[in-house]
Amino acid sequence: MMKTNVFTLKENDSIQSAIYLIENNQIRHIPIVDEQNRCIGIVSDRDIRSAVPSIFSKGNDSGIFDKPIRLIMTKDVITVHPLDFLEEVAAYFYKYQIGCLPVVQNGKLIGIITETDVLFTFVKLTGADQPGSFVEIRLSNKPGNLSKVLEIFNSFRVNIESVHLYPDKKELDKKIIVFRLNTINPLPIIEKLKAEKYEVLWPNFPGMTYEK
Amino acid sequence: MKNNATFVYSPELLTYKFNQHHPFNQKRLELTVDLLKSIQALSDEQIVPPRKASDDELQLIHDEDFIEAVKRAGRQELPMDRANNFGLGTEDTPIFPNMHEASSLIVGGTITAVDSVMEGKSDHALHLGGGLHHGFRGRASGFCIYNDCSIAIAYLRQKYNVRVLYIDTDAHHGDGVQWAFYDDPDVCTLSIHETGRYLFPGTGQVHERGTGQGYGFTFNIPLDAFTEDESWLHAYKTSVEKVVEYFQPDIIVSQNGADAHYYDPLTHLSASIKIYQEIPKLAHEIAHKYCDGKWIAVGGGGYDIWRVVPRAWSFIWLEMTNQRDKATGKLPEDWLEKWTAQSPVPLPTEWMDPVDMVPVIPRKKEIEEKNAQVVAMALKIIQNSKL
Repeated sequence: MMKTNVFTLKENDSIQSAIYLIENNQIRHIPIVDEQNRCIGIVSDRDIRSAVPSIFSKGNDSGIFDKPIRLIMTKDVITVHPLDFLEEVAAYFYKYQIGCLPVVQNGKLIGIITETDVLFTFVKLTGADQPGSFVEIRLSNKPGNLSKVLEIFNSFRVNIESVHLYPDKKELDKKIIVFRLNTINPLPIIEKLKAEKYEVLWPNFPGMTYEK
Repeated sequence: MKNNATFVYSPELLTYKFNQHHPFNQKRLELTVDLLKSIQALSDEQIVPPRKASDDELQLIHDEDFIEAVKRAGRQELPMDRANNFGLGTEDTPIFPNMHEASSLIVGGTITAVDSVMEGKSDHALHLGGGLHHGFRGRASGFCIYNDCSIAIAYLRQKYNVRVLYIDTDAHHGDGVQWAFYDDPDVCTLSIHETGRYLFPGTGQVHERGTGQGYGFTFNIPLDAFTEDESWLHAYKTSVEKVVEYFQPDIIVSQNGADAHYYDPLTHLSASIKIYQEIPKLAHEIAHKYCDGKWIAVGGGGYDIWRVVPRAWSFIWLEMTNQRDKATGKLPEDWLEKWTAQSPVPLPTEWMDPVDMVPVIPRKKEIEEKNAQVVAMALKIIQNSKL
């Protein structure tokens, strides 16, 4: 999930060099490393924007671009380890309101992970990039209930691309389960689920009640 | 003498048959041909039989392993667990005897259509057996085994080096074709379909626009359930006119799934037969305006094979051969008589649908507004390219 091809700078590199790096590589964060490749700081595009003159300011501020990056970098860097799980990493972004995390192992910078990488991984987890049909059902939260539903899918020999399970906010003793099924024709399965008295929430159509 | 259109067909195409109860049923080809003959719109001289595609041709798109698996499956030699890896032996694409031969014939039919147009034998060609747009490189999906559309386009690129505009009006997203040419700037795909929130395959969102060199050559117009004719046709006409002007193709390949109709059991777009009269009309027009007439049309989805598909697909041929006036008023008596007994539902008696067929729904305005916004978003990239 992490990117291993990381664009880094040294603390004495100029602000101008950071601007080049960000513009040319379409990135938003640059880890700052020392001679031993230890992550000693991080610079974001926002740090740079607050450092450079406004596009409306006149006068000669060109000296600013030559100043070293260490003057604007964040030194207290939050990092993660390659063995951390996706959900932990996602929580860091949320908790610290940051946009990227350097990945550090044995004290050395080995990669970087951004919000975009996490989102992309979530898209993969939902199976939204694979062909499938949505089916959403509400189930009471008892062991074994899910397996009965899976039995039904199995009887139709249909593969499951992904399963999500989340608590039902309205009925606390129930869970809502979203399946992405690998079939173009989920109708027979939905009919069977309904015949077995399962509560099928989706596919349903808002406004489907016809005016007679 | 050059014919203006070729009709690729032989009864052998009906061997692409999963089982008795499967919704994908090529009997619709027979029903369509019979309807066209019954109004004297199709003669035997215009019909060219399909040939089988060679393995090399299949490999323009598909993996060798997959082709081998399909061959073995058709001889009942493929273990079930292996089959499932290739999307075979599922409810969608069950294994049936000689499935490789039947599927290659469909691909070959679309290639026959391509050659007929590119060798100058006719301006247009129609192969209603084709249009299996869900087939992937190494996997069968959504009733499709080999993707005849993708193979025909790859064949057009390789043999004739032409720029292809692919227009897909099936209710399902044309995913197989889109992904096959996602990075190719010489193949532009435009798919107008029901939103993936309600319908397989779930992809085909506005923001899927291609990648690398191919960025900006993939267009997707996902429409809401209950879109109906007016909004559907607005989306179709606006997007086709804009995209063809922007891309300037050498040839049009249109996929004509007939499953957006109100009667279709699998989808929810609530269109009437009217859109199937309009779709080929515009395709025909742009083929002459931009491509010196070069237009290849294939079939696709369409799961109400009695009430919808024969009429919808007849319109394509009638448009291609300038015989639109043969399809007005009542359907021919002899056709109705011949098939009424077999049809599980009462057959329509007229070419057009009754005006009150689709029930009024309260959300109509909201849906139209949403669709119009989707169309504008999808085409924005064209506007930007002109700045």
